[in-house]
Amino acid sequence: MSKTAGPDYEAITGRYFNLQIAGADHRIYVEEAGQGIPLVCLHTAGADARQFRHILCDEELTANYRVIAFDAPWHGKSNPPPGWQDDDYQLTTVGYKDLVQAFCAALDLDRPVLMGCSMGGRIVLHLALSTPDDYRAVIALEGADRLQPYYDTSWLNRPDVHGGMVSAGFVSGQIAPQSPAEYRFETLWGYMQSGPGIFQGDLHFYWQDGDFDDRSGDIDTARCPVYLLSGEYDNSCTPERAQATAERIKGSKLTVMTGLGHFPMSENPALFRQHLLPLLQEIAG
Amino acid sequence: MDGFQAAANGDLSLIRRGRWVSLEFLWGIGESDYLILLREGRVAEVRLRTLPIETGMFSIRAAQEVWIEHWRPLPKRDYHDLFSMLSAGLASLDGEITPLMQNLLYFKDLLAAPRPPPAAQS
Repeated sequence: MSKTAGPDYEAITGRYFNLQIAGADHRIYVEEAGQGIPLVCLHTAGADARQFRHILCDEELTANYRVIAFDAPWHGKSNPPPGWQDDDYQLTTVGYKDLVQAFCAALDLDRPVLMGCSMGGRIVLHLALSTPDDYRAVIALEGADRLQPYYDTSWLNRPDVHGGMVSAGFVSGQIAPQSPAEYRFETLWGYMQSGPGIFQGDLHFYWQDGDFDDRSGDIDTARCPVYLLSGEYDNSCTPERAQATAERIKGSKLTVMTGLGHFPMSENPALFRQHLLPLLQEIAG
Repeated sequence: MDGFQAAANGDLSLIRRGRWVSLEFLWGIGESDYLILLREGRVAEVRLRTLPIETGMFSIRAAQEVWIEHWRPLPKRDYHDLFSMLSAGLASLDGEITPLMQNLLYFKDLLAAPRPPPAAQS
């Protein structure tokens, strides 16, 4: 056999570690690439950190940023905590904030930039309010301080409906119709693989527990700059809801991304980077 | 609606996705109610409703102009997807929707079948 140059590996490195959250062990899967300012990426509800693979492999971006994306507990390759079989999963504002803070502390990150999408976009706004000095900036992709449910989440976890398929069916309409089919279906594939009841449990935070429009105006953008990016075709965190959020958070910067939906980083990475790169250059100074 | 039936039955990927679906549902397009009979993912029959008791298992309704926009190669936001239309108040859904939820991707694509395929988009 002739010797080859070996596989053309992507720049991403993936590892596991144990993270204590509220006294419980969680086996967490984390991926990273690049060096420089830490950029922590938080995936959407019912999905996992694979959504950020294009950002992790963007050499122009990773030249100045250490991009870190992890699967939240119960998601992707991160396990639920021992004893999970006795409870229904339900994400809360407090629990999600604890998770992100514990993660950043475990990795000893110095004032990272937080970037989250959907539920991740909501929690970065909460963290900008509660611990603004811990972050260099927050980027809320498809995140708002107030949202409105538009379907009954009990459909997402019942024995007569395939949870993965119905989850993909629900979110398919949040992808812009012009996004490439390859990435549309890759995004949906992540939803088809979600654990039973996980999307539903995440939506408890996203739709029920996460509203804080009565307090979001207290975010001090001089201490923690806030960037909001909203996809034109997002029918959940609509551009109008992002606009209303931006008006409440004085000093925040909103970009409405034409031709994108609720999953900008995974549904159309080439178009999304056109919005993200200038913003990251601004943050880096 | 003749064009709809031909477009749906010409899409083998759509038929494969809907291979477990055999039922009749009501599709309201403006003032016209159509009964769509599906057999294993294929559109077996399309007919105008003539009797009040012809309801189908569930009904999906929107104004004619909403469906026309839905079928454009690149629909406007809110018009591009059934659930976007529902959340925007542009469409309504009634009846026993369990089969719809069990096959949501199929039904969304079925309703969009008259939309030109991506290769034909301008």
